[in-house]
Amino acid sequence: MDFNQDCFALFGLPRRQELDTLRLEALYRDLQARVHPDKHAHLSPAEQRQAMQWATRVNEAYLTLKDPLRRARYLLELAGHDVRLETNTAMPAAFLMAQMELREAVAAAKAGRDIDALDALQRRLEKEIRAEHASLQAALEGGDPARAGELVRQLMFQEKLLHEIGDALEVLET
Amino acid sequence: MALLQISEPGQSAAPHEHRLAIGIDLGTTNSLVATVRSGMAVVLNDELGRPLLPSVVRYASDGKIEVGYAAQTQLAADPRNTIVSVKRFMGRGLKDLEHVDSMPYDFAVNGNEAGGMVKLRTAQGIKSPVEVSADILRGLRARAELALGGQLTGAVITVPAYFDDAQRQATKDAARLAGLNVLRLLNEPTAAAIAYGLDNAAEGIYAVYDLGGGTFDISILKLTKGVFQVLATGGDSALGGDDFDHRVFCWILEQARLKPLSHEDARLLQVRAREAKEYLTAHGEAPIAARLSTGEFVDLRLTTGIFNEITHTLVRKTLGPTRKALRDARLSPDEITGVVMVGGATRMPAIQKAVEDFFGCEPLNNLDPDKVVALGAATQANLLAGNRAAGDDWLLLDVIPLSLGLETMGGLVEKLIPRNSTIPVARAQDFTTFKDGQTAMALHVVQGERELVSDCRSLARFELRGIPPMVAGAARIRVAFQVDADGLLAVSAREQTTGHEAHIEVKPSYGLSDDEIAAMLKAGYTHASDDAFRRALREVQVEAQRLVEAVQSALREDAHLLSMLERAHIDNCLARLQSVLVGDDRRAIEAAMDALSKGTAEFAARRMNQSVRRALAGKRIEEMDRL
Repeated sequence: MDFNQDCFALFGLPRRQELDTLRLEALYRDLQARVHPDKHAHLSPAEQRQAMQWATRVNEAYLTLKDPLRRARYLLELAGHDVRLETNTAMPAAFLMAQMELREAVAAAKAGRDIDALDALQRRLEKEIRAEHASLQAALEGGDPARAGELVRQLMFQEKLLHEIGDALEVLET
Repeated sequence: MALLQISEPGQSAAPHEHRLAIGIDLGTTNSLVATVRSGMAVVLNDELGRPLLPSVVRYASDGKIEVGYAAQTQLAADPRNTIVSVKRFMGRGLKDLEHVDSMPYDFAVNGNEAGGMVKLRTAQGIKSPVEVSADILRGLRARAELALGGQLTGAVITVPAYFDDAQRQATKDAARLAGLNVLRLLNEPTAAAIAYGLDNAAEGIYAVYDLGGGTFDISILKLTKGVFQVLATGGDSALGGDDFDHRVFCWILEQARLKPLSHEDARLLQVRAREAKEYLTAHGEAPIAARLSTGEFVDLRLTTGIFNEITHTLVRKTLGPTRKALRDARLSPDEITGVVMVGGATRMPAIQKAVEDFFGCEPLNNLDPDKVVALGAATQANLLAGNRAAGDDWLLLDVIPLSLGLETMGGLVEKLIPRNSTIPVARAQDFTTFKDGQTAMALHVVQGERELVSDCRSLARFELRGIPPMVAGAARIRVAFQVDADGLLAVSAREQTTGHEAHIEVKPSYGLSDDEIAAMLKAGYTHASDDAFRRALREVQVEAQRLVEAVQSALREDAHLLSMLERAHIDNCLARLQSVLVGDDRRAIEAAMDALSKGTAEFAARRMNQSVRRALAGKRIEEMDRL
């Protein structure tokens, strides 16, 4: 077994976007039950170090696979497709328009300290994100990496806004 | 007549000897120590049968150090030298503290640029909060050794989940000073969840609401098939029962229209304030009476109504972090199976009601809120020490409470590890040089959620030296953060193009440097001289013996993973350690331990691989069975 093998292989899962999250969770728990430092605390320092490195790797792999956006990015990366997040900011005009409108609504709700409006915007965005994820999975499974890359960039954009709404709610609630 | 058992030469009579391990709840107000006896976690009482040790230390002018009840009786008589709630000072600077004016201490000023950790000037010289905590831990250690009658393998020490890196490190340093082998730093709400979950075979999503003397934690955990997985944690490491006392204290001052008080009178009224708060738990009204040194007499009645009015902002202050933790876990209050109440301050009826209203369910109070953390810690310690029994297959997955990052250009924070990441966790990022021929680099590590460095907590400054000179922007310095299972951060850096490991010098912002700790340890040796030397030697010998046993047991199980040559090398290292083990040369023992550890590194890696392979293979067979 190679410590540096890819995340899918580490869990013995097929390399694809569709994933049984309950199965992933069960596998994650089983692996951690073997490698976690708590299980090796009574052993030699060498084994404790090993345990920490393995548990760290398993945690990282679990995070990468659990989140569908990260999983998609990882799949594209494994397949050798560069998503070019930093340089490629081109997005369809309709998407950008919708996002700008949403951003303005968030800004207005934030300024008006309107928790209910922010809540509603949060739900709306979450729904949109779910729909995009369905398209993303179809693009990945259908062998259209260019479209998948585009959707990944859009989703990152949307998740960033979702975070901002969360932060705004946090500020208003405290 | 019963026959005596004689073991074969070279073999231990008890290969699975029960190792003595303890769990310590190092609290703001009270501390406890617990252990597992015949499969049951129990709190160890003092010689008078009292479970708690008040977290009070007095440094008397005659050189005596009093801890616990003895120190507590001197609170009002010797306020400057009698330290209470020292936990609030751990890893904190003077400007971080509230109500400094009403504290009777003589704070020592630090030369450190960030201010450094606060220090107290006492009749026995300047004391760091780490040293004061070490004295509390020594008291608990002595209690445990007396009760258990043997050398301790190690201790699990609990910390508030919301403690940052500096506060955790300070706690671990205190344990080191007290001569304890720290098996793990365990988050207090997680410890409570272990005690509650194992007792009740609980499954589902639980919130642990832990309001102690000086800290507030809220943790959301998922309990599934023996796995305790912390989903999110939040809190306030400067909010607790003490603050309720302070409100009552201020109310007394206002009501009785008192002139500025002496330190002794202030302490007296603070004690009365706490007593009144505790009395209100079971009564509608509390009398407050005190005769001051000025001859004035305080005679007041505090009703529940007034108490709730003057403290309701504190109650509300706990709900903000609670909401945040739920949001981080992506859950709403109605998705919580149960709320476990921990900490003496949760006895307050107003807290009970607020929690019930927020979660829409009655909180779980069937555990002693004072003892549950120590009991959970003892259970974890027992497991970590290797005393495994049937049914002990549970696993704990905890998180870090606050994001970790680095300062970048313009005083902004680049977050490397976000809050609520499951530990252990590592993250690396590449940086480059700004100038031609640059050979050094300064890194500033911070912890917190805000974007500006000035709004986050400074953890440490690192100086990287020995970068090979190159043109600006050519060097690739990979800075790696590793957070271990104690939630403690280690930083390393390597130049990627040459593979050159940069030398790192760490300057903790609020902690003690390795040199300071070493000096304190050394001071301990010279004080008690020979006795302490023997003790230190004995500790190394015990540790070495543990290592020998661990390697022998690994060889018994998995010798097939080694070639003849590799096996011979490990046997050599083992023999060398066993030969120096009985002597009194501490350095030789440590060197031999180091050699054995290095010699078994590859073996350890192969053993782990084998174990992982088996985990996956087992899973597949299980799934095939289901088909």
